[in-house]
Order: sequence, then C-alpha cells, then structure tokens
Amino acid sequence: MRRLFIWLPLMLLLAFVGLFASGLFRPDDRVIHSRLVGQPLPAFSLPAAASDRPPLASTQLATGKPRLLNIFASWCVPCAAEAPQLMALKQAGVEIDAIAIRDARPDVDRFLARYGNPYARIGLDARSAVQIALGSSGVPESFVIDGQGRIAYQHIGDIRADDVPMILDRLRDAQ
Amino acid sequence: MIAEAGLAALWLAAALALLQLFLAFAGLKGGKPDLLAAVRPAAVAQGVLTAIAFALLIALFLRSDMSVLLVATNSHSAKPWLYKFAGTWGNHEGSMLLWVTVMGVAGAAVALFERALTRATHMATLGAQAAISLGFYAFLLFSSNPFARIDPPPPDGQGLNPLLQDPGLAFHPPTLYLGYVGLSVAFSFAVGALLTRTVDAAFARAMRPWVLGAWVLLTLGITAGSYWAYYELGWGGWWFWDPVENASLMPWLAATALLHSVTVLATRDGLRAWTIMLAVVAFSMSMVGTFLVRSGILTSVHAFAVDPTRGSFILALLALYIGGALALFGWRIGSVREGAPFELVSRETALVVNNLLLSVILGIVLIGTLYPLMTEAFGHKVSVGAPYFDRIAGPLALALMLVMAVGPMMRWRRDDLVSISKRIWVPVVIAILLFTSLFALVGHHIGILPFFGLFVAILTGCASVLPLLRRKLLRTPLFTWGMVIAHLGCAVSLAGMACDSAFTVEKLVAARPGDTIQTAGWTLRFDRILPVAGDNWTALQADMTVDRGGAAVAIHPQSRFFASPPTTTTEAALLTRWNGQLYVVLGEEVEGGRWQMRIWWKPFVTLIWLGGILIALGGALALVGREKRGWLAKWRSRRALA
Repeated sequence: MRRLFIWLPLMLLLAFVGLFASGLFRPDDRVIHSRLVGQPLPAFSLPAAASDRPPLASTQLATGKPRLLNIFASWCVPCAAEAPQLMALKQAGVEIDAIAIRDARPDVDRFLARYGNPYARIGLDARSAVQIALGSSGVPESFVIDGQGRIAYQHIGDIRADDVPMILDRLRDAQ
Repeated sequence: MIAEAGLAALWLAAALALLQLFLAFAGLKGGKPDLLAAVRPAAVAQGVLTAIAFALLIALFLRSDMSVLLVATNSHSAKPWLYKFAGTWGNHEGSMLLWVTVMGVAGAAVALFERALTRATHMATLGAQAAISLGFYAFLLFSSNPFARIDPPPPDGQGLNPLLQDPGLAFHPPTLYLGYVGLSVAFSFAVGALLTRTVDAAFARAMRPWVLGAWVLLTLGITAGSYWAYYELGWGGWWFWDPVENASLMPWLAATALLHSVTVLATRDGLRAWTIMLAVVAFSMSMVGTFLVRSGILTSVHAFAVDPTRGSFILALLALYIGGALALFGWRIGSVREGAPFELVSRETALVVNNLLLSVILGIVLIGTLYPLMTEAFGHKVSVGAPYFDRIAGPLALALMLVMAVGPMMRWRRDDLVSISKRIWVPVVIAILLFTSLFALVGHHIGILPFFGLFVAILTGCASVLPLLRRKLLRTPLFTWGMVIAHLGCAVSLAGMACDSAFTVEKLVAARPGDTIQTAGWTLRFDRILPVAGDNWTALQADMTVDRGGAAVAIHPQSRFFASPPTTTTEAALLTRWNGQLYVVLGEEVEGGRWQMRIWWKPFVTLIWLGGILIALGGALALVGREKRGWLAKWRSRRALA
C-alpha cells in the first residue's frame, strides 16, 4: 500500500504526459460544430421588428423550400458589413428571414434603410431568448433551414463575399 | 558579430553544463575529490556565460539590429527604448534565454554562497542543476535560437505586440521567471538530497532561503501580472482563470505549501518525504506552466508561440526531469528515515492542514485548467470558466485562511485544547460579534461567497497580528514579523477581492460630448473627444471631468491604434481614491456621434494588489531575518578567529 502510494506521483505524471502528448499531436479543430444541425427549429413566435415587414414564427419557416434565417442586430458592425452579401443572396433567389437581437424598431428601420433590406419577415428577439434556444452565441449568424423546418447548417460570424457560393450550395443540398 | 558572440557564449555554457554534470556524478560515484573540486568553478563560469549571452541579446535589441531574425520580428526602430529593452524577453526565444540565464546565474549562486549543505549533497545539487540547464540549452540551441540571422535584413522590424508595450511588461515576466527558476533550485536540492540520502533539518535550512526567494518573486510577478491585465485589457477584471494565469498560480500554490512544510522540516525535522515531494511538484508546476504557455495547447488570451515541435521538446524535458525525480523519489524515499513525530493538536498539524488544503486547491486549479484537454481527448469541446474555480476553490481558500488565523497561535510539537481555548476565546467572541454585525449590515445585499470572504478577511486580518501581542516589537525576530505581514497581506488581498465582487457598480452608456453621466456617487462630464499621438501610436482620447462632491479631476480614457503591428488597444482611465478606483473605458463610436463607455466604481479593489505586495514583503523580511542569523554567526566566528 505504502509502495503504491510512493509510485503514485510518477504514474500520475505519466498520465499527464500522455494527455499532453495526445493534445499536442491531435490536429487542431477550432471549428464549432452545432449540435442543432439536423434538429427541428425550436418553436417560437416573435413580434415584428421593422415597420414594413411582418413578424416571424417558427412555423413559417417550414414551407417546403429551403430558406435562410439570419440573426442580426442594428447595433452590430459586422452585420452592416454582411448586408451586401445578403442582398446578393436575395438576388440569387434565396428567401431570407431574420431575427433582430436586443433591438428597437426605429433602430432596425434606420439600419435597413441604410444598408438595404433583403428580408421577407423579421422577428424581434428583445431578450435573446430565441437566439439562445437556437444555440447562437453572437451576431451575425445564419442558419440554413430545410423545407421541413430543420436546421441544415449554422454559419457563425458574417457571411463574406467568398462564402456566398458555399451558402448557395448548402441551400441546394437542403432541398 | 554580437549575435555570433552570443551564440558562442551559449554553446560554451552548454558545454560547461555537460562538464559540470559529468564532474559531479563521476566525482561522487568514484569518490574523487579532484573532480569535485572543479564543479563549483564550472557552475560559476556557466552563470557568467549565460549572463553574457543575455546581455548581448539586450544589446542587439537596443541597437535594433534588424539582421537578427528575432529583433526583426519582435522590435521596431521607432519604439521607445524601454520597450526595445523589455522586448528582449517579450517573445519566445528571448524569454527562454532569460530562463536559462536565470538558471545559470542561480546555479552560480548556489555554487558560491551555499555553505549549509554537506559537501556531497552540495555537489549532487549542482549536478542536478546542470542536468536541468542542459535540457534547456538544448531546447534553445536546437529549436529556438535567439541569435539566428536573417538575410537580407528587412528595412525595419514588425514591432512588439502593443498589449505588451507597457512598463509592467518590463518587470512582470522577469520576476515570474526568477520565481519559476528559483523553484528549479529547490528541485535540484531535493534531487541532491535524495541522491545522497540526507533529508534532515540542516538540508531544510539550506533549501529554505531559495524557496522563500522564489516564492517572494512569484508573488510579486503574479501581483504585477494581475494588475497589468486589470488596467491594460480594459475589461475591469483582475483574474480571468485563464490557462496562463493558472500556470503562474499553480507553482505559487505548490511553493506556498513547500514554504510551510520546509519550515516544519527545518524546525522540527518532520514531514521529510512530503517536503521532498513538494519541491519536485513545485518545479514540475513551473514546467507544466511553461509547457502550457509555450505549446499553445490550450486556447488562452496570451497568444504565445503556437508550435508543436517546441511543445513536444518541453514535454520531453518535463517527462525526463520530473519523471526522473519521481522515479528517484519512489526508489530512495523508503530509505529516508521517518521524521520527528508530533501530536494531533500542534502547530505541525495546522501546517499539515495548510499543506493539504493548498494541495487540494492546486489539484482543483490543475484539473480545471486541463479539463478541456481531457474532454477533447474524448471528442468533446468544453471550456472551464470562472464559476467552477470560484465555487470550488473559493470555499477551500476561505477554510485555508481560517487555518492561517489559528495556526500561528499554536505551539510546536504538542499543544492542548484547554490552553488553546483559553488563548482564543476572545478572538472567537469577536468573530461571532463581527459575523452578526456584518450580516446585519450587508448580508442581504451581497452574494454568499463575497460575504464570507469579507468576514474571513476581517477576522484573519485581526488574527494575523496576534502573534505580535505581548511581545516587545523591536525585539521580535524579523521572520516573525515576516510571517505576520505576509498573513496580513493575505487578509488584505482577500478583503479587496470580496469588496470588488460584492460592491462594484458597473455602467454601460452611449454618450455624446457634453453629456453628464451619474453613477455610484460620481458625476462624469464627457467634455470632448480628440485625436492624440504618442511615440508609435495614435489614439482617440475622451477628455472627461469627474467629481464626487469635491474638486473635479480630469481623466483621459483612450482607444489606441498602433501601426506596427496594426492593433487597437484600450487604455482605461483609472482614478484611484482611498476607498476604491474609478475605471473608465472608451469604446467604439455608435451612430449619432455617441461613444460607448464602460464605467466601473470598484470599492477597495486596490487592496488586492496591496495585499500581494504585503505578502511579498513579508516573505522578504522572513528571508532577511533567517539569513541575518547566519551572516551574524559567520561574522562572529571570523572575528573570533582573528
């Protein structure tokens, strides 16, 4: 027993060294994989966030056709940078809905007037409740929703110009 | 030429380390005193050579010699000289050269000044120290040569990470390294003692100053690092439980435990095996820390070199040295006699409880830091944050503080509960009164952990000075003063932490120039925003006037832009008052000419670092107090001889 105790620190060290070595040589994967991919959207029903767009409910996202759900906020600088790419996606025939996070209607109106409005419906998530249910941790994020209302893909961060073809592929795959 | 001379000095030092190792072990094994006679000169020469190499690297940085790769990638000719100087160790290669330099100089100091050890143990210690140094020389020379040239040289350098362009950087890493490497000396002592099977009180007295010195420097380094993160990173917190912060905390926890157990060994000749084990653990924690920082294996706010080859090199060194020491421990410790026994109720027991609590806290921090790595090995990604550490380690730290309050009032070897209860009934009554009145005062407004933190801080703060009671203050030994001040420092620091988490007021505003903001009794007037320029940066600066009823003071939070490398940093405006700090951070411009601002009022937050300084001061006093006796004795014996 005493003998085991004496050798225990060495065994612990070897375990740690093994752990460190496995950590060192494992290829580093810093991509966040959403657990919600393949899952149906959480049920929600949000009031309208903009004066000239209808409100958004989760049931309206299962239309038999893939759609893009964009999480944004008028106070978010990368969201403004993302606006041209969303406009390009809309021109390519993508239907985009949005959830505005912790926002106010006049601010959203001003944002859309300035950067363009690619959205069909915009829901207001004043307390981030739906955002959290979606497993989204920041703005902007975008979800590809398939025709049955399931999440097919989660894009974290703004959609850059070179991401647009990839997003279009994802939408096609979600058919 | 300078770079080549530096490299040559480094190679020579490495060769000397190899020689030192050989001389020590061949001399001890074969019992050849003429071989042993050369060990000390080799250690001294090695220390001098590393110091030369480091001085040459500093010279290269000060001269902005862009033909040296390290200077070109980490410095810039337009930098203020202080940051050229500090930039020497603001990078991987330079900091590793600093590491071996400190190690070499410490080895030389052990060779020159150590007199208390037996000759055999002294030689074995120097041999062990040479073995460790050798590994780090190999690391520098084969995978991180700081003197490598670049051809053709670039017209100018890439600059130093602006977050590091701060006077704090000039002192924080060297102090921490001195501490880390000081623990390597304790480690070498332990290995030396195991090799010669002499673990006794004299050995502990020889090791103690090294442990104390390393511990003082670690304390200072951590305190400085915490304050740097607090004012430079601009998020208002003083500890983030970031892997790199934990990497500095873990050796400190182990060294704190070692400091107390080595005292038991020196005073009462108890806890022999445990003290040896702690000396090994303390240095292995510094190596684990270096590994975590240098390999980039864990995601951290400190983005240092991310390089698996370097990581595997340090890992190999760690496995070799720590594994070797632990194997030696398993092999030899059975032949080390049991130390002196002690009764259950005694100061030794209090110190054992202190050691156990510190070890458990160390284990908690280690597991929390490495947990992401463990789960990743099984395919899950998690991160461990402040709630885990606060909730698990916090209560244990409070328990530790309570032991700290009681321990110094207990007697060595054996004490009895009746006499203890006679000594501590007054403090206990005071504690109960304090608890009830504190609860009535603030108990309903603050969280449970901050509340107990505040209670324990006040209680232990009062208890820590009790050992001075009924003593003639001027005739009290310096090391007793040291203990009292260090313990008081712990209480002061804890009080700062508790006040910060209990009473901080935070306000986030978007303000236009001309606006007035009210928070926590302060009135802040946002006068204007204007561009300003420094040596190698430009900034947007908010001019503000603040007051809380008295005279108004101007403060200037900035958002700084550095051109090389292009980075923005926030320079928080700090206004220190006797009862706290006002902390203002200028954020980005939002629409309509409004500026985001974060304002904190942090009551008594400065106590955190004041406490840290007191702890270090206490350690320094204890060190001087212990050593002074030796010096005096030596001086008297010399006089007697003359």
